[in-house]
Amino acid sequence: MDTNPEFTAGYRPKLRRSQKRRERKELLAGLMFASPVLLGFLIFVLGPIVCTLLFSFTEYNIASTPKWVGLDNYAHLFRGKDAFFYPAVKATFVYVFVSVPLGIAFSLAVALLLNANIKGRAFFRGVFYLPVIIPLAASSMVWMWLLQPDFGIVNYVLGVLHLPTSPWLSSDETVLPTLILFSVWLTGNTIVIFLAGLQNIPSHLYEAIEVDGGTLLHKMVYITLPMSSPIIFFNTVIAFINAFQTFVQPAVMTQGGPNNASLLYVYYLFQEAFKFSRFGSASASAFLLFIVVMLVTGILFRFSKSLVYYEGQDHRT
Amino acid sequence: MNRTNRIGHIAVYVLLAAGGVVCLFPFLWMVRTAFTDMGQLFLNPPRFIPDTFRPDNFKEALTSNPFGRYFLNSFIVTSLSIAGVLASSSLCAYSFSRIQWKGRDRIFGLLMTGLMLPFFVVMIPQFIGWKLLGLTDTFVPLVAPAWFGGGMFNIFLLRQFFLSIPREMDEAAKMDGAGHWRTYARIIVPMSSQAMIVVGVLTFLASWNDYLAPVIFITSEKNYTLMLGLTLFQGSYSAQWQLMMAATTVVVLPSLLIYLVAQRYLVEGVVMTGVKG
Repeated sequence: MDTNPEFTAGYRPKLRRSQKRRERKELLAGLMFASPVLLGFLIFVLGPIVCTLLFSFTEYNIASTPKWVGLDNYAHLFRGKDAFFYPAVKATFVYVFVSVPLGIAFSLAVALLLNANIKGRAFFRGVFYLPVIIPLAASSMVWMWLLQPDFGIVNYVLGVLHLPTSPWLSSDETVLPTLILFSVWLTGNTIVIFLAGLQNIPSHLYEAIEVDGGTLLHKMVYITLPMSSPIIFFNTVIAFINAFQTFVQPAVMTQGGPNNASLLYVYYLFQEAFKFSRFGSASASAFLLFIVVMLVTGILFRFSKSLVYYEGQDHRT
Repeated sequence: MNRTNRIGHIAVYVLLAAGGVVCLFPFLWMVRTAFTDMGQLFLNPPRFIPDTFRPDNFKEALTSNPFGRYFLNSFIVTSLSIAGVLASSSLCAYSFSRIQWKGRDRIFGLLMTGLMLPFFVVMIPQFIGWKLLGLTDTFVPLVAPAWFGGGMFNIFLLRQFFLSIPREMDEAAKMDGAGHWRTYARIIVPMSSQAMIVVGVLTFLASWNDYLAPVIFITSEKNYTLMLGLTLFQGSYSAQWQLMMAATTVVVLPSLLIYLVAQRYLVEGVVMTGVKG
């Protein structure tokens, strides 16, 4: 800028001071307006994380004062002294690592169907979203009735179609697969987000492939998948975080049984804390969950760098 | 080519219809069972339309437990949560979109990482904190988080919307001597009624449908929300599916009605956070 040096020399300090004052005023206003969430973050997130870590080194039930035991809680868990810990870890890993890929694949498939040139798209989308908005405690109960082994309608229909029936929730071999299928039933949110992403793909890309004589498969591999990879990634991360926290289904449908086969981790954690009042040991389990979720998310982010395709800088226009 | 196209087209409809049936049928069966006589419950083959409708199931189910009380409790908790979320998340979203302050975007990014935090990690200290304050078994722990920002998800959603309002609106207001407070209350919030409805509906569903927080913080039956009442009912009437389905139908109804009325807003909201996020 070629402004007169004498002029700026005299003007600048003043400007700077008034600008500084304005900046301070804005900072104060900004903090004031954001104060609910800033306080909330301290009270409900940051403080409790630190407390969980501290409690995890203690023996603590609500009646007594916490007693420092160092790493005993963790050692206790890892050595399998807690009869429920490893069954819970096992059930949760199977549940999470089967239900998430299955749910993502299923919801992407449904979104692709909805994205086809069809009538009544909004209606179908509404129908697939319906299970999400029903209270989970209620839909869990409805499915318990549908899946009732002797009188449930599902086994009846399977029988009529000469398909094998199943004890569903009441056998330790089928309970986890049943909960995984139930989780697929609940993927309406993911479907809706996928569909919106698919509809954002510019049609001229597909037309270009058509001109070159490409098939549906080419479209899929060269356009649809790369263009929706950021959304696939986003949905996968969210799905993992949610799957680790599956609570209502074991709490309402199975109480972790039969034979601890559906003892999902957070339900186990809940019982440790509120049924057995072992707050110290439960805090150790909670902190392990924190670490695992962070790890899985971190790995996904690392992984995504090579797999997710982001269009140029202004891909949000 | 044309023929395979048409077959493909039909296949799409068939698959979607099959999926639709799987999504809808459970609720139809729920309603059917709710009207069924106990004796017709275990018929083989089952009748899809029962011979006798028995609306008395609803009377029997709803009077066996104080469902009116549960309903009132859920209503109080949900209303207070919606009010809190609308007020506090819009204030915060205003700060993160319309006020230029140092470190704003970095702090916003930090707060957003909180979205990935499982509630179960902070559950125990929160419980102990409320216990020490003597506030367990009240509605306070269920409602308080709503008044402290109302969740980053909602702030993010409103911020996205606020960012799309032209800057000139603020500048014109500033010219007229309006401070941030007036710009927020008179311009930004009224212009964002659409997004506020989305946040309101999402909060209704989250709060009304919530099972976890009540199960942790509420102990005495007079403070039960509907979801707790429903599972308590399940404990005592486990084999009487007609009564359980009657109670479930009633519990499901408010969420279903809100969904039917506000579907358009809701889907928009989900899309907004998913695609633009």
